[in-house]
Amino acid sequence: MNEVKEEILQRIRGALKDVPADESIDEDIPRNYQQKGDLNPEENLQLFADRVRDYKAEVKMIKPDQIKSSVAEALKGQNVQKLVVPTDVPSDWLPDDVELLKDDPEPLTHNQLDGSDGVLTGCSLAIAQTGTIVLDGGKAQGRRALTLLPDYHLCIVFADQIVGIVPEAFQRLDEKIKQSGPPVTLISGPSATSDIELNRVEGVHGPRRLEVLVVNG
Amino acid sequence: MQSVPGKHNANKRFEDTAKYFLSNSQLRRNLHRATRTIREKRSNAVAELSDWQVLRKTGEAIKRHTMRHLDRYLCELETSVKNAGGHVHWARDAKEANSIIVDLVRKQKVREVIKMKSITTDEIGLNDALKAAGIQAIETDLAELIVQLSGDEPSHILAPSIHKNRAEIRELFRQTIGGKELSDEPEELAEAARQYLRKKFLETEVGISGVNFAVAETGTISIVESEGNGRMCTTLPRVLISVMGIEKILPKWKDLEVFMQLLPRSDAQRMNPYNSFFTGVTEQDGPEEFHLILLDNKRTNILTDTTARQTLHCIRCGACLNVCPVFKRTGGQAYHSVYSGPIGAILTPQLKGVDKQGPASLPFASTLCGACYEVCPVRINIPEVLVYLRGQVMKQRYDHQYSKQNINSEHIGLKVLAWAFMSRNRYEMAQKMARKSQKRYVRNGYIDHLPGPLKKWTQARDLQALPEQSFREWWRNQS
Repeated sequence: MNEVKEEILQRIRGALKDVPADESIDEDIPRNYQQKGDLNPEENLQLFADRVRDYKAEVKMIKPDQIKSSVAEALKGQNVQKLVVPTDVPSDWLPDDVELLKDDPEPLTHNQLDGSDGVLTGCSLAIAQTGTIVLDGGKAQGRRALTLLPDYHLCIVFADQIVGIVPEAFQRLDEKIKQSGPPVTLISGPSATSDIELNRVEGVHGPRRLEVLVVNG
Repeated sequence: MQSVPGKHNANKRFEDTAKYFLSNSQLRRNLHRATRTIREKRSNAVAELSDWQVLRKTGEAIKRHTMRHLDRYLCELETSVKNAGGHVHWARDAKEANSIIVDLVRKQKVREVIKMKSITTDEIGLNDALKAAGIQAIETDLAELIVQLSGDEPSHILAPSIHKNRAEIRELFRQTIGGKELSDEPEELAEAARQYLRKKFLETEVGISGVNFAVAETGTISIVESEGNGRMCTTLPRVLISVMGIEKILPKWKDLEVFMQLLPRSDAQRMNPYNSFFTGVTEQDGPEEFHLILLDNKRTNILTDTTARQTLHCIRCGACLNVCPVFKRTGGQAYHSVYSGPIGAILTPQLKGVDKQGPASLPFASTLCGACYEVCPVRINIPEVLVYLRGQVMKQRYDHQYSKQNINSEHIGLKVLAWAFMSRNRYEMAQKMARKSQKRYVRNGYIDHLPGPLKKWTQARDLQALPEQSFREWWRNQS
């Protein structure tokens, strides 16, 4: 097997005869694109909400003391009885009258997740420019399957988690990726397809309904 | 009408099959509508970024740098993936890649695998190889599913079923996966696909994916998608196999901040619904086993050629297809390759060889208008490579096919033309002669039929007739 690898590497080296042997690997790449957004936090917050709405997701602005009641209200609106939650979701987010499904003591099976009515998570970051939620398996996010199989995803985003533009998000994730390499998922609106006559249809395989509560204050 | 050019016509020339597709008016309507919609959406998405041109230049610079140190970065990627608990396999060609994958799947003792859309696996004919081994590959991308169920060929690298309208899709689903009562509402069609595939997602133990980007520094694989089937395939199965061409590599995590703007916006979106980044295996999250296949399959040949090397910079966004005046009319199937449109016209001949008449016809399937270059997110100069490959094709033909006794008419014609253009007298004389002899062929100012060997020229084009008076003659009369 190493033979194959060696041959491919030899082919590549043979192909790159025009590259001076001492050419520096330190890239000399112009990075004069925008690395930081130029909106203030308040504007980013507004932009994020607008952009998420553009994807036909629900967005609600709430105060910190309204999390529990807003979650309860959202779940009621979606008729959620069985709710998947990551094990480390803060208990003061959780409504009293739904059945909670957790990876505890045993991980939930695919069928259990599929049979649930929805999932509630926090997030790692959010990007205003693109209306994107970033999950990295950190606090209150759980493993990937949790936010994939349920048909409804309710996500809590705190105002200070919102960055302006795409490069800021990758910069914030940089250290974590290099240390522990958790899986990262960027979510921009509900699952969608444009494969039928290019009409964007919300909802194919991922959650078909996405709702975001933005906590400000 | 000619017979349908299908899978086995990979060596048919573009000009022969384009006619078939051009005469299908339903196809042309579907394509016209689809490409126009994506074009408009793309230009809106791109217009939102004031630094778009700077991003393109950075993207180009990163890709150029990466290609120049490809060996080093591939070794770095291998190490990073292994350190993160993944396995790395190298494959010189399609056959080798397929046999590695078939072996890996066999070890799991399964009869079915789920697959997300991947042009690279189409390139190597993985589904057929799996089928030959008694393993069924289930395509989970809606468009790929449509293509697979109809036994058709993809027509667009990003929207493979762009050539089918909803009524056609409904008919297909009624006959295959859906019930008789299915309507042609896109929502309902998508729901039918969701139900059909959900069970497969929950139960299948092996997933196969392509790769959009692989980061050498961290070993992170990036998957860009819309429907969630990519997330399903890379998260739920116990074993995940990802196949990538060796050119899909990026040096650093930081490079993603550039490409995760270039790719989604070129695909007409601010951000596509789902982007997944995974690094090897993660305990209690996703597959327990991860295999990465690094595929050469002629890419190192392309790398050798300093003019054509930029072909490897392609990130498969599809933007060049939607702006191409040729693609817009024929659709992707006329190209007889998984890579169609302008990028296909330069990539396919290099993958399959300019000595084969099908692939060799592709560099000529262009007006050289340059629209593809203008939209390419990594600034691949496609017209430059097209012209260069035309030269390669002609050189190949001249070296191998034409003996002294069998010089072709095009070659003689060009020699005569060169001779005439070299002197003013000869040029003017030729003009006069041409003007005289064109008379019987001119209809409404155009010539659409020429006799003899010149026929070939007018078969596909109308020639504007020479005017009654040339500029020189007019000028002389003025003084």
